[in-house]
Amino acid sequence: MQKMNITASPHIASADNTSGIMLDVIFALLPATICGIFFYGFYALLLVAVSVAAAVAAEYLWCLAVKKESSLRDLSAIVTGLLLALNLPPTLPLWMAALGSAVAIVVVKQMFGGIGHNFANPAITARIVLMVSFPTAMTTFVDPFAAADTVSTATPLSGSQEFATDITRLFFGNYSGCIGETSSVLLLAGGIYLVLRRVITPEIPLAFFASAAGLSALLGLNPELGAQGPLETLLTGGLMIGAIFMATDYVTSPPNRLGKIVFGVGCGIITVVIRTFGNLPEGVSFAILLMNILTPHITRLTTGKPFGAEGKADEK
Amino acid sequence: MKKDGNLSIFTKGIIAENPVLRLVLGTCPTLAVTTSALNGIGMGLSATFVLVCSGAVVSLLRNIIPSKVRIPAYITIIAGFVTIVQMLVKAFLPDIDAALGIFLPLIVVNCIILARAEMFAAKNPVIPSILDGLGMGIGFTATLTIMGIIRELIGAGSIFSLPVTANIIDPMLVMLLPPGGFFVFGILVAVSNALANKKGKPVVESIGCDGCAQNGSCPFAGDSEKCEKPDAAEIEAAKSEKPDAAEIEAAKSEKPDSAEIEAVKKEKAEDISKDNTKDEKAEATPPAQEGKEEDVNG
Repeated sequence: MQKMNITASPHIASADNTSGIMLDVIFALLPATICGIFFYGFYALLLVAVSVAAAVAAEYLWCLAVKKESSLRDLSAIVTGLLLALNLPPTLPLWMAALGSAVAIVVVKQMFGGIGHNFANPAITARIVLMVSFPTAMTTFVDPFAAADTVSTATPLSGSQEFATDITRLFFGNYSGCIGETSSVLLLAGGIYLVLRRVITPEIPLAFFASAAGLSALLGLNPELGAQGPLETLLTGGLMIGAIFMATDYVTSPPNRLGKIVFGVGCGIITVVIRTFGNLPEGVSFAILLMNILTPHITRLTTGKPFGAEGKADEK
Repeated sequence: MKKDGNLSIFTKGIIAENPVLRLVLGTCPTLAVTTSALNGIGMGLSATFVLVCSGAVVSLLRNIIPSKVRIPAYITIIAGFVTIVQMLVKAFLPDIDAALGIFLPLIVVNCIILARAEMFAAKNPVIPSILDGLGMGIGFTATLTIMGIIRELIGAGSIFSLPVTANIIDPMLVMLLPPGGFFVFGILVAVSNALANKKGKPVVESIGCDGCAQNGSCPFAGDSEKCEKPDAAEIEAAKSEKPDAAEIEAAKSEKPDSAEIEAVKKEKAEDISKDNTKDEKAEATPPAQEGKEEDVNG
């Protein structure tokens, strides 16, 4: 006999579920992941594997420790591990990647109540924890197709001028950077796939791109500031992967259209401000984290009132 | 408070009412100076000295200090002892003085010390006040030392400046920075709450108006329902609601009851006064019969 579920309306039946959405995200990230492994070699594959395995293990052990039903099936731990790995430099020691995954799952996600309850994106926060903890290891980059232990090289973000004109190279990702952040074209393809599959809506990435490009163009009017050009801003560092895959996290971004636009614009402005005026070379992760924290306030200020609610509010 | 034995006055500050983890007082120095175990101990012991001495003096002067100026009076007493500690530390432990920096003189405004002066020393004799200060001080010192050890071990790979893992793995610098302080603090509060809740103790007891630092200056003094501090007000409200409701119910039901009872009493009294004379013998026999019936039933 079929089990009957008695629930309150609305009775919307949908085939969407968490694991399906997460599977789509993994699928959208795969081209950039494979490209990163192709550029940076076997060690990058190892880093991705360790990061994902550590995230899954942390999720499993935590659920075991607090006697909670295992949430491995929703695949969110795999996405977190994969996203974190793609934001790591290809020379990072393996144990740091594992530690980062454990921080993402245990401290950022599970301690706040598990999937759907975290106030910040786990992968972004773990990357920041690693960045602040191991500044040297987290900023040691190598050229593509080079052995892992060769001399570190400058990234476009560290102010090297050699990239300023070579936009094509930036577009295809054949330069030094984190494993999965360099190939803008594949990340964009993944983003378009997610939009077409209706996993994400385009507001946040587009607002992020537009505000970052706009502000850097504005700052470019004064050459003394040393701001990046608009295209360079979009194609370097973690802006692409951050805007498409991390800022669009359902839990940590506003649900309404206006809120999403405000969220994306805030991310773009903070990113460019940190890149131009801050001590750190990259600002995408801090921008997304700060906007994550502001998300509840943005949502509250931008959601419309339901019909008829306004009059009552005025009476008070 | 006065019912507590001296031992429990001393021990409650260590775990049950640990000033940092359970009362959440003095978090600013806790987060700021616990970058190493030695700093934690230095800060903890300095604060303990001030706690004990100011507790003793406040307790001695508790009947002399007018209640309207008691906060300035307490601060002056505390500031005197902080100055002594600061001079001693500067003279004999210059390294710790350099490490603690501004937080050493800031013990003056440490809320643990003011709270204990206000909540305990101002109402209790000298010996319990000293014990209370000692217990709170040890609780504070222990917490700061544990936090210092955790942060130093993970953040610098050493304990008390002795290298442990520093040469084996890279230390996590974030633990020495403010976020690391918040991580460790939050986890320790969670652990201490879990430990305390296991024993079935309430998380934090209401301090009421008497224990409130704003007592005297507060417009709602004595009227805890209007208290602006949400926690205290909520707790008081929660406490007072149930008995109030019960009392109201009782009051409602009492009026008809009492009237009825009185009416019944009058009737009975009249009946008894009439019956007593006539049926004394008749009344004496039924109880014996009832007793027999009960025996049979039993």
